[in-house]
Amino acid sequence: MLKVSGLTSHYGRIQALYGIDLEVHEGELVVLVGGNGAGKTTLLRTISGVQPMTGGSIEFKGRDMGQMSADARVMYGIAQVPEGRQMFGPLSVEDNLCLGAFTRRMRGLDTDLEKMYAMFPILKTKRKDPAGTLSGGQQQMLAIARALMARPKLLLLDEPSMGLAPNLVREIFGTILELKAEGTTIFLVEQNAFAALSIADRGYVLETGRIVLSDSGAALLDNDRVKQAYLGL
Amino acid sequence: MFSEFLQYLLSGITIGSTYGLVGLGFFIIYNASHVINFAQGEFVMIGGMGTVFMMQAGLPMPVAIIMAILLTIVIGMLLEKLAIEPSRKNASVVTLIIITIGASIFLRGLAQVVWDKDFHTMPAFSGEETIHILGAVIVPQNLWVLGGGGVIVLAIMYFFGRTALGKAMLATAYNPLAAQLVGINIRTTLLWSFGLSGLLGAIAGILVAPITFTSYDIGIMLGLKGFCAVILGGFSHGWAAIVGGIIVGVAESLGAGYISSEYKDAIAFIIILLVLFFMPDGLFGRRGTDRV
Repeated sequence: MLKVSGLTSHYGRIQALYGIDLEVHEGELVVLVGGNGAGKTTLLRTISGVQPMTGGSIEFKGRDMGQMSADARVMYGIAQVPEGRQMFGPLSVEDNLCLGAFTRRMRGLDTDLEKMYAMFPILKTKRKDPAGTLSGGQQQMLAIARALMARPKLLLLDEPSMGLAPNLVREIFGTILELKAEGTTIFLVEQNAFAALSIADRGYVLETGRIVLSDSGAALLDNDRVKQAYLGL
Repeated sequence: MFSEFLQYLLSGITIGSTYGLVGLGFFIIYNASHVINFAQGEFVMIGGMGTVFMMQAGLPMPVAIIMAILLTIVIGMLLEKLAIEPSRKNASVVTLIIITIGASIFLRGLAQVVWDKDFHTMPAFSGEETIHILGAVIVPQNLWVLGGGGVIVLAIMYFFGRTALGKAMLATAYNPLAAQLVGINIRTTLLWSFGLSGLLGAIAGILVAPITFTSYDIGIMLGLKGFCAVILGGFSHGWAAIVGGIIVGVAESLGAGYISSEYKDAIAFIIILLVLFFMPDGLFGRRGTDRV
């Protein structure tokens, strides 16, 4: 479904990604793990088109996405839950959700809203509150729900567990599994390597802008290098 | 005594509504981009001067008004396309603001060359027959300004509160990254915000021209007063700019009447200073409520 080949990206003269190759197939849950500054967020932003790529290609459903604007990529079905939630703080929870459906010209909202409220009941209670006043965990749920409002074919998740209490992390990972069970294709970026690889079909390891390992989730959990670097074993 | 006060009050409210409309133009562009567009006053000038010159060219007044509004919208969008858009990616907000100051000087110069440097009058929309209210006197144009201002505020509140494009503009201002990630095209949104500001500026300029005269350089003062209105009201709500404008207008009119008309323009600027010193969020500003 998503095929990234030889992708490079720069911040000014500094190169952040060195020829990334990866694939995500329909219905898969693929995880990308890596330390701070490895380029995980840069990779996701480049896939979404908010960070310019300087080489290589991004193909989605057989269509070349490389030169497409960010909004067009959302329209074709790639939605992202960005790092740090990125709420529209002063707007209400419901407005944040509706904006998630912006590329669908905000049509057919009610059924989608009800679906999100069923998945995250707390959001319904807080629907009129400014998104900025929600707790970290609630904001993360809102960020996921907002991305789902676009009815994405591929969901990119950037460190959804960051800064959350362990019980909330479990809840978020539970949600991700639910989404996968419903058939959503997911590309998940995480520092929480153990939890992420445990639920992954396949995984990639990113170090200083390069993919250094790729295998099934279970195999990566067993890999000595991964154990040492990311699992603290 | 009372009729004198009422007279000052009414003319203050009228002129203040104009300041408010200009302020609303600042509010819209600020809300979409965090840029203060100092060419806002020039939109007002182009609205008034455009109408005057199109009427001189023989067009009937309603047609001239519509043409002048369209002209201003196009100029607003061109300003965004030609001056803001090319520098937006690499320039700070302050740089963009300075670009708008440059654009305002350019537009003023252009108006001098294309039109002229004289003062012009515009006929009132519906006659000059005065209306007496408890000893104070107003002309029908005052009512046009007030009514027009009211309608526009309601339309703008509807726009930001209910429409997809309005929400998208707010979203772009609050979080440009997230806006792009939900599929909002920031460039289009910004273009529309400048067009909308042009529309508001033109309407303000046309409504007030029959009362105050118009010329190529009225934009400087009207722009600054409008800026004062939106600073006083705060950048959180559209209606706050109008309320701010009316307060500035009334203060100015009372000051001119009771203290000295020499200080009329100083009053607005004293208000700006006081607001910035003591309540930088404005009268109705709301403080940030972000949690991280």
